[in-house]
Amino acid sequence: MAWYRNPKPWLFLLCLYPLARLFYLAATDGLGVNPIEFITRSLGTWTLTGLLLTLAITPVRKLTGYTGLVRYRRLLGLFAFFYGVLHLLSYLWLDQFFDWAAIVKDLWQRPFITFGMAALLLLLPLALTSTQAAMRRLGRNWQRVHWLIYPAAIAGVLHYGWLVKKDLTQPLIYGGILTVLLGLRVFAFYQKTKAG
Amino acid sequence: MLIKRPADILPSEITPEAVYRDRRRFIQGAAALAALTALPAGAALPPHKKGLYSTSEPPNSFKEITTYNNFYEFGTDKADPAANAHRLQTRPWTVSIEGACRKPKVWDIDALIRAFPLEERIYRLRCVEGWSMVIPWLGFPLADLLKQVEPTGNAKYVEFVSLHDPKQMPGQRRAILDWPYLEGLRLDEALHPLTLLVVGLYGQELPNQNGAPIRLVVPWKYGFKSAKSIVRIRLVEGQPVSSWMKAAPREYGFYSNVNPEVDHPRWSQAKERRIGEFLKRPTLMFNGYGEQVAHLYAGMDLRRHF
Repeated sequence: MAWYRNPKPWLFLLCLYPLARLFYLAATDGLGVNPIEFITRSLGTWTLTGLLLTLAITPVRKLTGYTGLVRYRRLLGLFAFFYGVLHLLSYLWLDQFFDWAAIVKDLWQRPFITFGMAALLLLLPLALTSTQAAMRRLGRNWQRVHWLIYPAAIAGVLHYGWLVKKDLTQPLIYGGILTVLLGLRVFAFYQKTKAG
Repeated sequence: MLIKRPADILPSEITPEAVYRDRRRFIQGAAALAALTALPAGAALPPHKKGLYSTSEPPNSFKEITTYNNFYEFGTDKADPAANAHRLQTRPWTVSIEGACRKPKVWDIDALIRAFPLEERIYRLRCVEGWSMVIPWLGFPLADLLKQVEPTGNAKYVEFVSLHDPKQMPGQRRAILDWPYLEGLRLDEALHPLTLLVVGLYGQELPNQNGAPIRLVVPWKYGFKSAKSIVRIRLVEGQPVSSWMKAAPREYGFYSNVNPEVDHPRWSQAKERRIGEFLKRPTLMFNGYGEQVAHLYAGMDLRRHF
């Protein structure tokens, strides 16, 4: 079957689901009584989900030996960035309505805003160097640049945890999965150095 | 009973929200009609009077007020209370007024509702999270109840204890807060005429997710000060330590007056989003009730006593 041989377009459509869902809910009065909060939170958690999925590709490859997933990593990473940018826009536009004084104050005084902004800034060079041409040009350094996803994901989870009033369940779930995904890498690194 | 239980109300008897929002004109019209047909005066009026201090701002809808709630006893998501609060049995229910007073009393909730004349008060509510609503509460001043038990000279503060029953309140199965939910006011705050014990909303009995059968409403303080589903009111000498103070002493103080100049350590309190509005509006000192309550805090450093 053709879709099975090239599932990338389907994955692309699947990645549009969170956005399509928001449009659907907006059209059907399903965003609740505080729609701005709903939209901002939803875009934020989908950004984190996208980052975790991107980070899961390598461990899954190593654990299962199946190398085919790597083809979809860039798509997932770019979608994570896409939702991150929408999340930022929803904060700047819907939430603050471009009240720059309040935004700058937030940026300096609210650690959760600082960390969120830092996470997105760290992802920017990754998005900009996601093309084949950039990979060729950067050579070995491409890998090093893309290690920035680690601090970005950590900052993203801290951003979420810092915002929550009391119940840390949700941020801890994201944090727990991130810890496992990063832990597997640390484990693999030590295995390699021991073997070498 | 002064306010009907929902089960006793036919859907046809409930005032449609549109009529309710337009009630002043409606009541004028009804009064004119009554005069015209010489019906006994007042027969058609709801069994409560219009209270003082009501804002003329348009109230939020019943749906907004009853589907977006912070009531951690039923879960931490805003939609959880509306989904889970049906488990709460609000009858039989007693409220014990006790502690430093000469005439402590355990009230049956229905007797309590009948004992004091109910008033409608349309108050602003400002949540510590940065959103606000306008809510037509139905209740009576807490002062009426407190004066009746005759507080002694040792009564300096009032402590409010909410129901603790994990069987009915699934949120209490997790130690999100130190249950039962505790709140407190200084005695003069508790006796202030703005401070209300609330038993109804939009002219109906208070829905469970809003703190049935009886809750506190202190409109110049952040919403969490207004304890819900109260079972005990204690007059005490020492300043109570509320559940939120215990959970995060750096973030939640005893007073928790709405104050746009004192930010929450993690977010700004300068503005708020009124539910239903797009642009944020500036938050008012004491939530706009400064004229009535500012004198309570004369000479106090509100940055320190946050």
